[in-house]
Amino acid sequence: MLKKIRTALAIIFFAVITLLFLDFTGTLHAWLGWMAKIQFLPAVLAINAGVVIFLVLLTLIFGRLYCSVICPLGIFQDLVSWINGRRSRKARMRFTYSPAKNWLRYGMLVLFIAALLAGIGSFAALLDPYSAYGRIASNLFAPLWQWGSNLLAFFAERIDSYAFYKTEVWLRSLPTFIIAAVTFIVIAVLAWKNGRTWCNTICPVGTVLGFISRFSLFKVRIDAEKCKSCSLCTRACKASCIDYKNHSIDHSRCVDCFDCLDTCTHGAIGWTFRFREKSGNTVTAEDHTGTNTAGLSRRRFLATGAALTAAATIKAQEKKVDGGLAVIEDKEIPDRQTKIVPAGAQSLKNFYQHCTACQLCVSVCPNQVLRPSAGLDTLMQPEMSYERGYCRPECTKCSEVCPAGAIKPVSAEEKSSIQIGHAVWVKENCIPLTDGVKCGNCARHCPTGAIQMVPFRGRHRYRGGREDNTGNDSPEIRIPVINTERCIGCGACENLCPARPFTAIYVEGNMVHGEI
Amino acid sequence: MKSENNISRRSFLKTMGAAGLAAAGLSACGKGSGDGHSSPEAVPQGQMTYRTNPTTGDRVSILGFGMMRLPSVGGRSAREGNEEIDQEMVNTMVDYALSHGVNYFDTSPAYCQGLSERATGIALGRHPRNSYFIATKLSNFSPSTWSREASLEMYHNSFKELQVDYIDYMLLHAIGQGGMEALHGRYLDNGMLEFLLEERKAGRIRNLGFSYHGDIEVFDYLLSKHDYYKWDFVQIQLNYLDWKYAKAINDRNTDAEYLYGELSKRNIPAVIMEPLLGGRLSDVPDNIVARLKEREPEQSVASWAFRFAGSFPGVLTVLSGMTRMEHLQDNIRTYSPLRALDKQEFAFLQDTATLMMRYKTIPCNDCKYCMPCPYGIDIPGVLLHYNKCLNEGNIPASSQSDNYRKARRAFLIGYDRSVPKLRQASHCIGCNQCSPHCPQSIDIPKELHRIDAYVEKLKRDTL
Repeated sequence: MLKKIRTALAIIFFAVITLLFLDFTGTLHAWLGWMAKIQFLPAVLAINAGVVIFLVLLTLIFGRLYCSVICPLGIFQDLVSWINGRRSRKARMRFTYSPAKNWLRYGMLVLFIAALLAGIGSFAALLDPYSAYGRIASNLFAPLWQWGSNLLAFFAERIDSYAFYKTEVWLRSLPTFIIAAVTFIVIAVLAWKNGRTWCNTICPVGTVLGFISRFSLFKVRIDAEKCKSCSLCTRACKASCIDYKNHSIDHSRCVDCFDCLDTCTHGAIGWTFRFREKSGNTVTAEDHTGTNTAGLSRRRFLATGAALTAAATIKAQEKKVDGGLAVIEDKEIPDRQTKIVPAGAQSLKNFYQHCTACQLCVSVCPNQVLRPSAGLDTLMQPEMSYERGYCRPECTKCSEVCPAGAIKPVSAEEKSSIQIGHAVWVKENCIPLTDGVKCGNCARHCPTGAIQMVPFRGRHRYRGGREDNTGNDSPEIRIPVINTERCIGCGACENLCPARPFTAIYVEGNMVHGEI
Repeated sequence: MKSENNISRRSFLKTMGAAGLAAAGLSACGKGSGDGHSSPEAVPQGQMTYRTNPTTGDRVSILGFGMMRLPSVGGRSAREGNEEIDQEMVNTMVDYALSHGVNYFDTSPAYCQGLSERATGIALGRHPRNSYFIATKLSNFSPSTWSREASLEMYHNSFKELQVDYIDYMLLHAIGQGGMEALHGRYLDNGMLEFLLEERKAGRIRNLGFSYHGDIEVFDYLLSKHDYYKWDFVQIQLNYLDWKYAKAINDRNTDAEYLYGELSKRNIPAVIMEPLLGGRLSDVPDNIVARLKEREPEQSVASWAFRFAGSFPGVLTVLSGMTRMEHLQDNIRTYSPLRALDKQEFAFLQDTATLMMRYKTIPCNDCKYCMPCPYGIDIPGVLLHYNKCLNEGNIPASSQSDNYRKARRAFLIGYDRSVPKLRQASHCIGCNQCSPHCPQSIDIPKELHRIDAYVEKLKRDTL
């Protein structure tokens, strides 16, 4: 019975959390976003005392239920392990007892805490189970989901239905994708072979909760008098924590899955209250087997950095025949001196300290602005760029979903006055100067009216080398000027600038966000 | 599919095309005996109405085949961008048209990104030269082709592309665009018009005329010189909306009633273009569909527009840019033979036009003269999406409107479907290189910016 309840709850949590990463419409998050917010590390980083106290108390009373019910990566491993077990009884009963590898798990925990304190969020993000699962879901599962949705949209379009719409599937960051894929493979292989190895050797959350659960009120215990030492429970234990020979269970590793309860044919195992304890010591051992953390070499991924001087290449061709569409060159990411992070992040420092790189904000960003960054210090943690879309004024999705307090909730009204960056004009690329045509698309679309068009009084050279012959005073040519006091850095100007591949106006991030 | 009572001709035929084609083929073979079993979709053969050209005596079919909207591979009219022309389909349609009595084919060096003449030449070259009339134009719009050399090269190239040694109907293309200045630059100062008159004398041009859009001064000027130029025909835009409302729709245009009157005064045959306004008189609002269908339940909405244009006795032929076989079949049905409008029907269509004027559709006929936009915008795509939503009632006036949620979704999702994001109105910089090319004199940047501002309001939910 206990196992059935555990399984049912786990399925619900797992399904919903996965859907949070898949649902690009952002509708689910309004109702079930809290499931991401009760994840351990995000709650710690968000200094969400209520959730942390709740999780600690839950573990103190019931043991590591968190690992079996709430943690999506834990349930993912159970799923893989279960599939293996479906093959045969032998496969299901494939586990053996192994002593705890304390040096490894406490070592990892120390490293993890050190990384957090040192502000190396990307390393901490590698180990955090929720983030690891988020990356897997958003990098590996979400594209499949979107392709499926696009297929439905394809059919919907043909029957004039607006129930589904097409979304763009694109690789936001290759390094992050590779890390997600490697994590997926390593964890799947470990779970296929030995169940919860990762949770009890690497996972810092597992280690912390394991330590607490030593003192939990409810525990799985073996009644030594009834036990016939048949080894069934040990062979069914995916946490490898039951030592049937000594009738003992390592409670720091027990994840409260209750699988053993049903396997015992003698009624010797039960989940009982502490003060009716009869026997049972926690057994610790120091044997070790090598587990590797997925060959993650510390590669320095090059930040995109091509010179802004590269000339825009769309050439306004002379029209001679009718029809056809001009080729549109892809925009390239400008070499920003300072990263841009969403309104609600308050500052770069605050953002990267709190972010667990779970990719939830990246998954819900409807404008293709957020993507994981590639620099080593902020690897996998998101940043913004505007070559595919811009941070639209009506959208506050990322701030709604962030579970870690890296992006604090802001309303659309608040957002419209938060300066996350400021626009910079690049004279060499500006179309009125290069093509000699009227433009002003940046000014027309600036939501805060920070851009005005003013006559250009200076010398310039058209594309192709033709010198402007109107002298130093050509009032018919108008160029944009930016009032940085009003600019909020939303990127509408950058996104809608016709100059390609490098735009004539782009946004530099603000280290600390300001307010108009 | 749209709701049942909203099936436009185009979308109806899209789905029923295959069935209709099969039915048409069968009943054409069986010579429908009128016992109630013959399909209303049957396409009659040998009953096409003809008009006689007073100068050359040509017997011209009242339906003329416009080669401006040729089908591209993928079945669309180059709507999806840079697809190549579906030559096999062009051949099939040309064969079908000829066998059903259509004998006038109108092309230009500018059409279909400059590939229409070649496709026309290939399709018609498979038939005897005396079985059809070819019309083409001297489309020297671009100032770089105003020189005599460049214009001559364009003229001679037409013969090569069309694989012919004479041209039946030659036109000065879209005079009126750019006013008198362009007329001088393109045809008078470089002696091209004199050259064309010589060519007519030499027999390489059998009929000389001009097509007109825009500045009325040029139209009046050329007609005033009729005694000298002896225009064999003139091509004008005529349909039941433009008959009395062309000027009301756009101040720079002229009502068809005036244009036709000027021609018939001088006994000059009129060739009609845009009888259907690029499909806008076929894809009309629901209540207009109901109104027309109530009167003629078995006739297509488009047939009214074709009957209107064909009913004028001075009309030599009515051009239709037919992308799909179903367009061709429907038009052949309408004109085999033509049932001229009677007085009441004429008045009925005038009332219909008055009703339609209440809809603020943008008068874009999808001719693509504005394209390609140097900054990549799909101008007709944006304008047509807006018109479509207007006709379907999906342009809510405010967030308090009854169907606001539904209409907003239909507009925004449909927008992304019909026009890729990078080619939408938000990317229009207002350089205004398109507007001078528009035969309907639409202020394109203004309309694009207006639509963009509307989209922005929908997106922000601040309508």
